[in-house]
Amino acid sequence: MSDNPELLIASLYPRDMNIYGDRGNVLSLARRARAQGFTPRVVDVNPGDALPEQLDIVIGGGGQDSGQSRVAKDLAQRAATIQDLATDGTPMLMVCGLYQLFGHRFITNTGDELVGIGVLDVETRGGEERMIGNIVLDSEQFGEIIGYENHSGDTTLGSGSRPLGRVTQGAGNNPRDGVEGARTANVIGTYLHGSLLPKNPAISDFLIAEAATRRYGSFTPIAAEDNTVLRARESAKRRPR
Amino acid sequence: MRDFFSAVIGKTVRQVARLRGGGSALPGLVVERLDPGFLARVLSRLPYGVVAVSGTNGKTTTTKMIVEMLEARGLRVFTNRTGSNFSRGVIAAAVQECSVTGKLDADVAVLELDEAHAMYFIERVKPRFTLLLNVLRDQLDRFGEIDTTAKLLQRIADATTEGLVVNREDRLIAAIGEQTRARAVAPPEVRTFGLSNALLSTFPSDDDFHAGTAEAVTLEERPDADVTLVELGDHSAVFRIDGQDLRTDLKLEGLYNTFNAAAALSTVRMVLQAPILPGHPEAQRATTTDTELVQALAEVRPAFGRGEQLDLDGQPLDLVLVKNPAGFRLGLASFDPEGVAVMIAINDQYADGRDMSWLWDVDFASLSAQGVSTVSGTRAWDMALRLEHDDVAVGEVHESLSDALRAFRSGSPDQPRRIYCTYTAMLALRKELAELTEVENIW
Repeated sequence: MSDNPELLIASLYPRDMNIYGDRGNVLSLARRARAQGFTPRVVDVNPGDALPEQLDIVIGGGGQDSGQSRVAKDLAQRAATIQDLATDGTPMLMVCGLYQLFGHRFITNTGDELVGIGVLDVETRGGEERMIGNIVLDSEQFGEIIGYENHSGDTTLGSGSRPLGRVTQGAGNNPRDGVEGARTANVIGTYLHGSLLPKNPAISDFLIAEAATRRYGSFTPIAAEDNTVLRARESAKRRPR
Repeated sequence: MRDFFSAVIGKTVRQVARLRGGGSALPGLVVERLDPGFLARVLSRLPYGVVAVSGTNGKTTTTKMIVEMLEARGLRVFTNRTGSNFSRGVIAAAVQECSVTGKLDADVAVLELDEAHAMYFIERVKPRFTLLLNVLRDQLDRFGEIDTTAKLLQRIADATTEGLVVNREDRLIAAIGEQTRARAVAPPEVRTFGLSNALLSTFPSDDDFHAGTAEAVTLEERPDADVTLVELGDHSAVFRIDGQDLRTDLKLEGLYNTFNAAAALSTVRMVLQAPILPGHPEAQRATTTDTELVQALAEVRPAFGRGEQLDLDGQPLDLVLVKNPAGFRLGLASFDPEGVAVMIAINDQYADGRDMSWLWDVDFASLSAQGVSTVSGTRAWDMALRLEHDDVAVGEVHESLSDALRAFRSGSPDQPRRIYCTYTAMLALRKELAELTEVENIW
């Protein structure tokens, strides 16, 4: 038992959406929360499971197209609940497949349409070109964001979302726009794996800060800088595309 | 006449390539360009036909097991020994071993095929028998999706003429077996290899790893597979074949290798139970008993770096190749870390897999008691960060493999050692180690 204030992290669909190592985001977020003085509690939410009553952060990852179809149905049933949470300012991180489903729709190569929940103002089409390799973004709020992308989904932003960052190496949402990811309110969608959060603690800190302020009224960061993170960022940045 | 030219040209290119210190597949490239039907013609002359081995993990060691069991029964076996999966590597091996008239001095071919490059191969050669081991998340930057990989393996099954052996414990592979049984025209015989219900819980699949806490499921009694692994010990196992339990010692290590041995046994049984192909009146069918096969299995050593043991500074050094989460998990689970100094080397070249995300699907907690002495490779710091997340202490981090090996040796003078490494790190380390100790020629 700990005196530290709790933060409840809802992990969406870990069983179906787990192919790209995004479990690392859950591990890293929980660890960072502890470093910032909180006691994290992670609750897995698989299709059919109830969403926890009082949650602080929602996080979800990428999977295969077949897994994505399975969760799309379940997600559609929760659409109103999640939209309310998002509008209310709940911090969320959605990667790859769930990024797509948090948009309006995903239209596959064969013309089938998977309806999304429209929390992010994005639309995705299954494309011919696979965008794959080391990727670096530049962002005002988080500085450099370093990861690995692997998607053939071609995503475009509407006016209701702004990008996560500008691409300095790699492709991003699509081969044309030079930007990656999407943000609306405190929801972040992105294609970046790596996993994303271990090398980009600034994003974890954002999720934690928003959650803590909403629940406890304020947030003071106390986590020390981690040398291993710095070295990992430096070396990952130098890797070729 | 054509075979003569192709063989001679290929052999000449190989000589030149060797003198220049070139790679093993160049002669294959040349012959392939000149004479695309060479491989099919050469292989079609074999009395027992062609056996293809594919799947994500374990191909090289399983191929080696099949080869050695067939050789123990007196067959001459042609195989792609250098572990180069690609068709060119196979052609290169054929060029090297055939006579100048293009005749292979062999009874059977056993070929390890990489899932993607296998497509090129099966367009030219239809395997008589195929073994499909597993489909695991691996090198996602090459295939993108597990389902895609499974579809490629289905196509190898579709090209197989007489016999298919499949892993009944792998959902996607078992489905390929079912599809193949139901083939409308000339379906091959389909056999399975598997685990007893008791052992099933010790082999977590990728699906299971993410299901969270294990739900207690009572498994129904299932019929025996063609070969079932029913018991597993330290360098020993019990296989059930035709209702008979056969116990054996093994030189092979690790849970995965032992399960793959069941695959190899099933495949060899299928090959030796089949009639000789027409056109070979002189060929005698090799007969065998299951007991003799299991005895041959006992002599097989692990292949090229997949659990290879060397002697360094008077202490054993285990080299463990890791390619994907399932392989790394089993590599950790099947060795006792107590008292062993551990080094981990992670590169990110094409052959290693370029996306480091896979490291996050492996649980490293089993190393936390002892810690890791040295971390190395181009992605040493990503690996160090991963270990930090599981509270595993790390001694030193050196991206350079030479520096790391030096630090590892001096940091662990009187201990057995283990190095977990990705493919290109393995190659580089073997080169360094060859200067220091006896390293077997690639089997």
